[in-house]
Amino acid sequence: MTRWAMVVDLRRCVGCQTCTAACRHANATPPGVQWRRVLDMEFGTYPNVERAFVPTGCQHCDDPPCADVCPTTATKKRADGIVTIDYDLCIGCAYCFVACPYQARARTRKPVFAYGEATDSERKRHDDARISVATKCTFCVERIDAGMASGQKPGVDPEATPACVNSCIANALAFGDLDDPQSNVSKLVADNEHFRMHESLGTGPGMYYLWDRKDER
Amino acid sequence: MRAPAQFGPSPSRQTAWDARAAVNFMAGGAGGGLVVVTTLAGIEGAARAVLVLTSLALIGAGLLAVWHELGRPWRALNVFFHPHTSWMSREAIAATLLFPTALGAAAGVAACSWASAALAGAFVICQARMLQASRGIPAWREPLVVPLLVVTALAEGAGIFVVVSTLLPIGTRGSALALGALALLRIVAWLVYRRAVARTAAAPALRALDHAGRALQWVGTLAPLALIVLASSGVLGNGPSGVLLACAGVAVVAAGAFVKYVLVLRAGFTQGFALAHRPVRGARV
Repeated sequence: MTRWAMVVDLRRCVGCQTCTAACRHANATPPGVQWRRVLDMEFGTYPNVERAFVPTGCQHCDDPPCADVCPTTATKKRADGIVTIDYDLCIGCAYCFVACPYQARARTRKPVFAYGEATDSERKRHDDARISVATKCTFCVERIDAGMASGQKPGVDPEATPACVNSCIANALAFGDLDDPQSNVSKLVADNEHFRMHESLGTGPGMYYLWDRKDER
Repeated sequence: MRAPAQFGPSPSRQTAWDARAAVNFMAGGAGGGLVVVTTLAGIEGAARAVLVLTSLALIGAGLLAVWHELGRPWRALNVFFHPHTSWMSREAIAATLLFPTALGAAAGVAACSWASAALAGAFVICQARMLQASRGIPAWREPLVVPLLVVTALAEGAGIFVVVSTLLPIGTRGSALALGALALLRIVAWLVYRRAVARTAAAPALRALDHAGRALQWVGTLAPLALIVLASSGVLGNGPSGVLLACAGVAVVAAGAFVKYVLVLRAGFTQGFALAHRPVRGARV
């Protein structure tokens, strides 16, 4: 089996938002819609303050609440763990929005372009099917599928890897098969202290956050 | 230093569902409750037709409002595709079956009467479970929201029943007592829910809920109870008593609608983001 997952090394992320820009470029999301967000978190009070940059988005959960509540079956989980949306089935009821604890979904009611009128590039990549329906991070599923079809390995070969991971300047993002013990993500999770966000909600997120090195025993 | 799992930005109010969604819970719940109460009261003839048609008008208004909120309203029939797990699909199925059945009940078909009550009850439960399945909103996912919304729907149904019964030639005494009992039951359900939700909901959500709770206590419970006691005491004549009972009914319905409005729009705060641990940078990396 395959379980695609993403690992975020919180020690490495510098909050440059290159992943956000790369995602927007790769997926042609409209202004205001970020499938790969980087949260800027501040903790404590002066002078004892800390800051962390936290890439987030759809967590491609083991038990995605969005898929359970979806009345149309537009949201589905594939066997490899990727949660997808069929834009032709979705009715834009936004039930998945309130079911998702990660605020990962967006809906655009009308076409929006960065400079008012669509640029040539925006016009070419605009997809009416994504208007007024739920959209979210897909783990760049088209790249994964096309890459695998041509014999490439997601997480290793850039053309088969999500755009955000490819773009990260600090190597803070990693992608791979969690069911493969030799994959980069399996090794990162094994060698480091990690957590998943809101694990107590039972969603089984597919994004792992590294926060410290494991002590040598 | 704050405790682990509390590092993160504050939850924000959900904006995915607006007042149109709230109207579905407000009108649909009241309409569903009215079908159940009408059937339990054993009302027959033209009075039943009036009450059932009023219920359907309310449920229809709620569904129309939420239909208008859909991003792709002309694909609305897709809503039936996922009854295996989606309470929205189940709500749509219950509503679809309820309309012809309730129309049959309004027309006097005896077999349709209890069937419509069962479907209306199912519709209300589906609405409540729909909120509970929203795992991203702590104030909604609390399981005790289900009995709260079900009892609220029944109380609202009884409130409308009492208002209508003051205008129609049907008895009001039993229905007034039922209204008082349901109003009491509702405040108990509210208090239990409020205590439970305090463990998970964000502070601004709790403030909004407390605002609604005060309205529920005074407008939705104490005032109607006082009116019912006064009207039932025999001190006043039939006319003034009927007016007081109608006021009690209106108060129960208005408070219930306000609670649902607040629950959906004002207390619907997201889970927010949180880190269980903060990154350890530097020498250990």
